[in-house]
Amino acid sequence: MEDVILKAQGLTKVYTMGTEKVYALKGVSLDIARGNYVSIMGPSGSGKSTFFNIVGGLDKPTEGEVFMDGQRFGDLNSSQMAWVRCHKVGYIFQSFNLIPSMTALENVAIARIFSGRTPPEARRDASEVLEQVGLGHRLHHTPAELSGGQQQRVAIARAMVNKPEVILADEPTGNLDLRTGEEIINLLGKLQKDKNITVITATHDMKMLAASDVVVWIRDGQVDRVAKRGEVKIQVGTIDGNTLA
Amino acid sequence: MNSAKTIPRQTEVPWTVAFSVSWGSLRRRIFRSMITMIGVVLGIAFLTYMLVNDSIVQALVAMRNESVNVLLQKAGVDILREGTDPMMLLLIGLSLLTCLVGIINAMLMSVTERIKEIGTLKCLGAEDSFIVRTYFIESSLQGVLGTLCGSLAGLLVGILINLVSYGGYVFQVFPWFEIIRAELVAFVIGSLMSIMASIAPAYWAACKQPVDAMRVEE
Repeated sequence: MEDVILKAQGLTKVYTMGTEKVYALKGVSLDIARGNYVSIMGPSGSGKSTFFNIVGGLDKPTEGEVFMDGQRFGDLNSSQMAWVRCHKVGYIFQSFNLIPSMTALENVAIARIFSGRTPPEARRDASEVLEQVGLGHRLHHTPAELSGGQQQRVAIARAMVNKPEVILADEPTGNLDLRTGEEIINLLGKLQKDKNITVITATHDMKMLAASDVVVWIRDGQVDRVAKRGEVKIQVGTIDGNTLA
Repeated sequence: MNSAKTIPRQTEVPWTVAFSVSWGSLRRRIFRSMITMIGVVLGIAFLTYMLVNDSIVQALVAMRNESVNVLLQKAGVDILREGTDPMMLLLIGLSLLTCLVGIINAMLMSVTERIKEIGTLKCLGAEDSFIVRTYFIESSLQGVLGTLCGSLAGLLVGILINLVSYGGYVFQVFPWFEIIRAELVAFVIGSLMSIMASIAPAYWAACKQPVDAMRVEE
């Protein structure tokens, strides 16, 4: 049996717009195995982001449950959820979301401080992780002084510093050029393999597919298709063919 | 399966960390913080000036010196009247209210601008209490620094204007006790006011959700 780290059960999300009810998710169930690299694909408005946010513990479903390591999110209070976000999950955003008033080192260290480390310990750990993502020489630069790729590396270091079990990356290559995007994907893939971290990305980036163990297509608030690694390879050709045509 | 107990509560972050985060945000927006502060400086300077002026004039009246009385009458002081003019109190009250609204407005805007930042901090494991602290410190720091500058400026202006009107007599009767009391009163009023103005924006900031980190910037 596979070791399931994240389990979504019958997730429904309803937004009320005036008097109208809009279903962003219509009962999504999915198991994600530990150590996998999962890509969630889907056009905008498909419910992909909503699903992603709920699974990551950022948003609450209207109905349904999310379990992480067998722990139901619905049973946790806000302080425990903060603990889960801090220790178990690392978040990477499309627009990097670094704090502009902090240097690269401080941006990573603050996440470590939230996990209960003292500031000096946090800075030491932060500089270690920044070293690992190849930014040892940029510790004291603010986000404004870093390139997009470097900012995303800082964000990856920040997501890694508390040794999470799951990394959630929302369109991590969306604001990067092709080559830098590829570097970021490789870095994520390497971290996933070296540290057995589960990586979940929401993306339209076809390059992501090659790195994925599982690809989930979401359409109209439902899981359209789930493909494992072997099947994905075949799909890449056709999809590439389609996009080129 | 009752494993909810296995997940601990999130650890508290020390005040010093909240303070350094607030200080960083203030420094980044130094220009706008200055403008907010100037509002407080002016309001408190006005209050201090009135208090200082009152104490000096009262002390001069108490001298019961002929030539001082002439100067006082020239300056338009009603020697027989006791206490502060109620119109002046109203004016001071209104100006203080204006700076209160100014701080609240500036801080609410600054929170709106940083909704995404707050969401991100929550994704990293920040609790509501940490967000309340950082925004509270940031806001009240502006108010308290502004109050400090304002009370000193008001004192200086009060002494200078009275020196111009009454010359050396001011130092003959310099009412140390009343002046120090005036400074303290202005400082306490200004600080309390700034702290009150900081409560609402800080709580409003903490209401932001982790999912706000995903917002697309407008």
